[in-house]
Amino acid sequence: MSDSPPTTTQLPAQSPPVDPAETEAAGHHRPATGRLSWWHGDGGEGAKRNLALIGVLLALFVIGAATRSDLYSNPDWVWANMLSILKLASVVGVVTVGMTFVIIGGGIDLSVGAIVALAGVWCTTVATQNFGAGGMIFTAVVVGVAVGLVNGALIAYGRLVPFIATLAMLVAARGLAAEISQKQTQISENSTINGIASTDLLGIPLLVYILAAVVAAGWVLLNRTTFGRRTVAVGGNPEAARLAGIDVKRHTVLLYALSGLCCGIAAIMLTAQATSAQAAMANLYELDAIAAVIIGGTLLSGGRGTIIGSLLGVIIFATITNLFAINGLSTEAQNMVKGGIIVAAVLIQQVQFRSITQFLRRNRLTTTT
Amino acid sequence: MTQHSRDMSRRRLLFGGAAVGAGVLLAGCTSNEQTPTEAQTNAAGGNANTEPGKQVTIGFSAPAADHGWIAAITNNAKAQAAAYSDVEFNIVEAGADAAAQRAVLSTLISQTPDVIVLLPHDGKELNSFGLEAMQAGIPVVNLDRAFPDAKAYRLQIKGDNYGMGVSAATFIVEQLKAKGVSNPVIAEIAGMDELELTQERTQGFNDTLAQNGLRVANRRAARFTADSGQQEAAQLLQALPKIDAIWNHDDDQGIGVLAAISQASRNEFFMVGGAGSKKAMEDIQADNTVLKATVTYSPSMASSAISLARLIAQGRGMSDLVELQVPKEIVLASETITKENAGDYLKLGF
Repeated sequence: MSDSPPTTTQLPAQSPPVDPAETEAAGHHRPATGRLSWWHGDGGEGAKRNLALIGVLLALFVIGAATRSDLYSNPDWVWANMLSILKLASVVGVVTVGMTFVIIGGGIDLSVGAIVALAGVWCTTVATQNFGAGGMIFTAVVVGVAVGLVNGALIAYGRLVPFIATLAMLVAARGLAAEISQKQTQISENSTINGIASTDLLGIPLLVYILAAVVAAGWVLLNRTTFGRRTVAVGGNPEAARLAGIDVKRHTVLLYALSGLCCGIAAIMLTAQATSAQAAMANLYELDAIAAVIIGGTLLSGGRGTIIGSLLGVIIFATITNLFAINGLSTEAQNMVKGGIIVAAVLIQQVQFRSITQFLRRNRLTTTT
Repeated sequence: MTQHSRDMSRRRLLFGGAAVGAGVLLAGCTSNEQTPTEAQTNAAGGNANTEPGKQVTIGFSAPAADHGWIAAITNNAKAQAAAYSDVEFNIVEAGADAAAQRAVLSTLISQTPDVIVLLPHDGKELNSFGLEAMQAGIPVVNLDRAFPDAKAYRLQIKGDNYGMGVSAATFIVEQLKAKGVSNPVIAEIAGMDELELTQERTQGFNDTLAQNGLRVANRRAARFTADSGQQEAAQLLQALPKIDAIWNHDDDQGIGVLAAISQASRNEFFMVGGAGSKKAMEDIQADNTVLKATVTYSPSMASSAISLARLIAQGRGMSDLVELQVPKEIVLASETITKENAGDYLKLGF
């Protein structure tokens, strides 16, 4: 959602109508000592939800153990499989952290998969492999941030709807990636880059550490900094945020740049895993990331959300993929189940959101009268 | 040549940006600076068909590829057309889907080329275009994705998807027999499952295995890309703690499959690839990975399609055949490339 023209007479149309108390609760008054409020940003509701998601993960584990008891009876295999799931989740997970910020900030980024592809292809072609691993990582990150800045500028200053701007970028970035790569799979011959995917530290894959680091950084940024508070405020009510003195346009640009940065990091991880990059890589990552964000409890309309929830969303999807793979079930069935889960999560979210809104309304009535 | 110089100038432009802050260019380690893979053409002497004939215009359309194989199709077609002095080559990109390709093709009909060579997004969806062009008196050469209607094409030249599965399974069965493995665990990593060609490949594979009393233990479908190949293979390896043989449908996605295998430090099995990429052939020749063979589905069929389209437009037959005209249907054989014959096939790799 781009910020509306600077008129103060009219609040941006939003459904349900903007409730100042609600915005305040979401954005400015964050009780620092509430029950479980350290866990995320919205005073308890997200924590309950995240516990529910962990419950879902446990249930999936039980299903796995029941259907393939031969595999699950071996603790070594179970440990290796858990790491395998986390590795599977790592690349999308990093993208999802950026997506969470964008969506909490009231926007959406459909171009993440394309940015990953462009950054990956860019760092494996154009002689950048000659500059070694450092050059490749630097290039991927710069390309990611640059594309994010373009997205943000189009949305904030060009006043394009985020959906349109990033949809256009989705097409354009893949086109550019195909052009740069000459439509060929570009093999990474850099052993340091490729080693990122095969290195373990203390028995845990490096990719999992990278995911953990990005999630931790995202959590701190969202919950412990002004930037995070502003993100929630901008997403909750851009006009109120503007009146509160936040440079909404600049903040919007930064959010998309942050998403691009995550895509750049993800591009390196994916290139390392596949030991190559190509224009069609990271296919449909935008959908995976958005689905994980929604399942994690972030409001698609902005103003509320948690990083941990998104992470759990990604891990749930990776676990489902794993569950289908170890049982030899088809990808089609897997996609149908994923679709069903997304719908269920949004339905539950709507019910929850409605009850919170009602609660806040009642609360305001009691305090004002 | 123009293609090459354009590549050079683009490289220079992009390279300029990448070079900021990095003053050192190490000559000789230009890993991805390789010249574009040499196109596969056949316009050498000793073939009566190559002698110049009537001047003809060939219209060509293939999907805008993000995949090595389709890129090779277009490159081969271009190169083969350029090898003939009597061919004018009119190439139009096919756009993103069948509808876009149909729109582009209708402009091609209005230019009335002597013959149209077409790799359709989907043969069924573009069947009506084939009928339209044929009715307008323009012979259509369908490349790879067959039209269901016999009136929609003058010639169909395609790879043998079912045969790929047969070849792959045959090699696997032979190897397992030679090793004396009983009750082997066989895995399959397919390409995009929604494509008919993937289903045909799997059918050929399953049928041949079944004839030998074997079956696939686990099958994952990837998306013809290295990253999807890596992800599916990682899951497959997790599902099967011990494997004897894997067939991976596509060598491009095979880059990722091999990466997943080495990341999981697994080597108790051997793998067969598909399509015959240059990288796969080099790996087979070097014999230092689990990849021991690949079954061909060669993009050289595009070069052949252009040659035959030219003959059709000129009203000539194929010099080796008794027939005065080019036949209506040609299906390439899917050959098996192993360490022994990889050297012969390397020039056809893409």
